[in-house]
Amino acid sequence: MTVDITLIVLMAVFFAAGIYLLLERSLTRVLLGLILLGNGANILLLAMSGGGGKSPLYVAGTPPEDYTDSLPQALILTAIVITFAVTAFLLGIIYRSWVLGREDDVQDDPEDRRVADQPSYDYEDDADIAADTTEFSEPDDDASATSDAGGPAAAGARADRPGDAR
Amino acid sequence: MIAADLAPLAVVLPFLGAAVTFLLIRHSRAQRAVSITTLSITLLIEVVMLLAAPSAGTHAVRLGGWEPPFGIVLVVDQFSALMLVVSSAVSLAVLIYAAGQGMADGDEDGPVSIFHPTYLILVAGVSNAFLTGDLFNLYVGFEILLTASYVLMTLGGTAPRIRAGVTYVVVSVVSSMLFLIAIAMIYGATGTVTMADLAVKLESVDPATQMVLHLMLLVAFGIKAAVFPLSFWLPDSYPTAPAPVTAVFAGLLTKVGVYAMVRVETLLFPGDRINTLLMVVALLTMIVGILGALAQSDIKRLLSFTLVSHIGYMVFGLAISSRIGLGAAVYYVAHHITVQTSLFLVTGLIERRGGTANVDRLGGLAKLSPLLGLLFFLPAMNLAGIPPFSGFLGKLGLIQAGVELGTPLAYVLVAGGVLTSLLTLLVMARVWNRAFWRSPADAEDPDPILLASKADGSRVGTSRHVTGDDTGKFAGKDPVTLLPGTMTGPTIGLVALGLALTVLAGPLFALSDDAAQEMLDRTPYIEAVLGPGADG
Repeated sequence: MTVDITLIVLMAVFFAAGIYLLLERSLTRVLLGLILLGNGANILLLAMSGGGGKSPLYVAGTPPEDYTDSLPQALILTAIVITFAVTAFLLGIIYRSWVLGREDDVQDDPEDRRVADQPSYDYEDDADIAADTTEFSEPDDDASATSDAGGPAAAGARADRPGDAR
Repeated sequence: MIAADLAPLAVVLPFLGAAVTFLLIRHSRAQRAVSITTLSITLLIEVVMLLAAPSAGTHAVRLGGWEPPFGIVLVVDQFSALMLVVSSAVSLAVLIYAAGQGMADGDEDGPVSIFHPTYLILVAGVSNAFLTGDLFNLYVGFEILLTASYVLMTLGGTAPRIRAGVTYVVVSVVSSMLFLIAIAMIYGATGTVTMADLAVKLESVDPATQMVLHLMLLVAFGIKAAVFPLSFWLPDSYPTAPAPVTAVFAGLLTKVGVYAMVRVETLLFPGDRINTLLMVVALLTMIVGILGALAQSDIKRLLSFTLVSHIGYMVFGLAISSRIGLGAAVYYVAHHITVQTSLFLVTGLIERRGGTANVDRLGGLAKLSPLLGLLFFLPAMNLAGIPPFSGFLGKLGLIQAGVELGTPLAYVLVAGGVLTSLLTLLVMARVWNRAFWRSPADAEDPDPILLASKADGSRVGTSRHVTGDDTGKFAGKDPVTLLPGTMTGPTIGLVALGLALTVLAGPLFALSDDAAQEMLDRTPYIEAVLGPGADG
C-alpha cells in the first residue's frame, strides 16, 4: 500500500489543532475543534485507501490493481454527511445557549455544586439514634423525644424545616 | 424464507413509521397511533425471529444482493435476536408511557410533536446497531441513534437541557470520531470492514498493530457504554432529559455500547490479551459508580450512577470470557435494560406524584400511593440482586464464573461485585426510607402536593384529579390526573417483564449460554456470512 505523506501531515495538523480547540471552554471553539477532527478522520480514511489509480469504471482487460479503491470514498461521503448534520445541530444548541444565557462557555452543573457543598453529616442517617418519625406520637412527645435522642444538631435541623408544622 | 430473513424489517419499519409520523406532525392522535402500531409490529417480528433463532442458528441477510465482504450484511444470532426483543419491548413501553404523559396533561401537542419521529429513528438506530455485521454500518447505526438522542436530550430547549446537551453531544461526537479513526486504521490494516471477514484477516495482522486497533475500538465503545474512567458524562447529562427519554437512554444506549464491546471481544479480537485490563476497569466501574450514587439525593441522578455501576457487571462477565461468564453477561444485559428502564419510569411517576425527584423533599409516598410503592420496590430489589429476582440470578452466574476462573484478581472482582450489590441495596433502601416510608411532614420543604388533604382530612387520592394547587408544577392547568393509567400501565408492564425474566430464567439462561457458546466458537458467525469453510 502506498501512503501519501502530504495527506498524513495534513491529517496530523488537523488532529493537533482539533484537539487543542476541543480542550477550550468556549463552545464555538469546541465546535471548530470537532469539525477539524472530523475532517482529519476523513483524510485518514482517504489515506488508507492507498495511492490513486484509474476511476473504478469497469474496462475489460484492466488489472484490478490499477483501479483506485472506491470503498473508502463511499465511507468518507457518509462520514461527511453525518459530521455536517451534527455540526448543524451543535450550532443550533450553541445559539440556543447564547440566546438563553448569553453564555458561550461550558456551564457547570448546579446539581453537582449542590452535592459537593452538602455537609458530610446527615442527621437522619448519622445520628446516634434515628430521629423518631412515627406518625402515631403526639407533636409534643415527638419534639422532646427528638431533642433527647438526636442531640442539638437534630433538634436544630428539625426546627429549621418549614414543613414541620402540622 | 426463514424467520431471520425478516431482519431488515426491524430497521426499516421504524424508519417508515418515523417518516409517516413526521408527515402527521399536526395530528398528534394519528402520530401516537402510527408510532405505537409500528413498534408493536416490529416487536412481533423480532419475537418471531427470537423464537426461530435457537433452531435456525446464525443467519446472515445480504442487503441489496451484494455478496460479503463487499456488501453490508445483517446477522441474526441468538444474542442479537434477544437484544432486539428486549430493546423493542422496553421502547414500546416507554413510548406508551410518553404518549400517556401527553394525554394525561391534556396537552394535545405533548410531549412535543417532534418526539414520535425522533423516537422511532432512535429505535431504528438501536436495531441497526444490534443487527449489523459490518463495522462501518455499525458506525452509521450509532450515528443514527446518537443524532436522534441529541434531539431527544434537548427537547424543549430549556437552559438545563441545553447545558447537559452540549456536554452529551460533544462527548458522543468525540467517541464517534475515535470509532471512525479506528475503522480507517482497520481498513488500512486489513482492507475490509465486514466483521466476519475481519475476524479471519485480523489474525494475520502484526500483534502490536492488533493491540492498537483493539484498544481504539474499546475506548470508542467504552465511552458509549460509560465504562469508568470514561463514564463521567453520563450522570451529568441523563437526569435533565424528560423522564421517558432518560428511561429509554438508560435502558438502551449504554447497552448498545456494551453489545459492541462484546462483539469486539469475541468476534474480532478473541483471546485474553486484555482481560486483566477489563477486569480492573470492571471493578472500578462498579465501585466508583455506586459510591457516586451514595452521595446523590436526586433520584434520577442516583439512578444514573447505579446505571454506570452496573455496566461494570457486564464488563465483568466479558472480562472472564468463559462460556458461563459471557452467558451470565448476556442475561445481565437483558435484565438490566428492563430493570433500569422501569426504575426511571417509576421515578417519572414519583416526580408527578410528589412534585420533585429529590429524596430530601419527598415522604409518605407508600401511604399516598401503595401502587407506586410496589412499582418502585420490585425493580429496586431486583437491581440490588435480592433473591429470587433476575438481578440475583445474573450476579450469581457472574460470581460463579469468577470463582471458576480462580485467579486472585477474579476473586477481588467477585468481592467487588458482592460489595456493589450490597451498596446498591443501601442506596435503594435510602430512597425507600425517605421517599416512601417517612411522613411527608418530615421532609425538607415538601411540595404542597404531598401535604394536600381534602376537607375531611384524608389525603388526596393518587388517581383523582387535583385542582387548586397554585404553587406546584401543574399550576394554572385544568384538573390533572397525577397517576394516569396510561402512564402506570406501561410501568406495570415493564416491572412485570422484569419479573418474567425471573420466571423464565431457565430457558433464558439456556439461550444466553448457547449464545455465549456461539460467540466463543466464532465459526457459526463467520460461516453464516462468508459461506462454509471460510474460517481458515
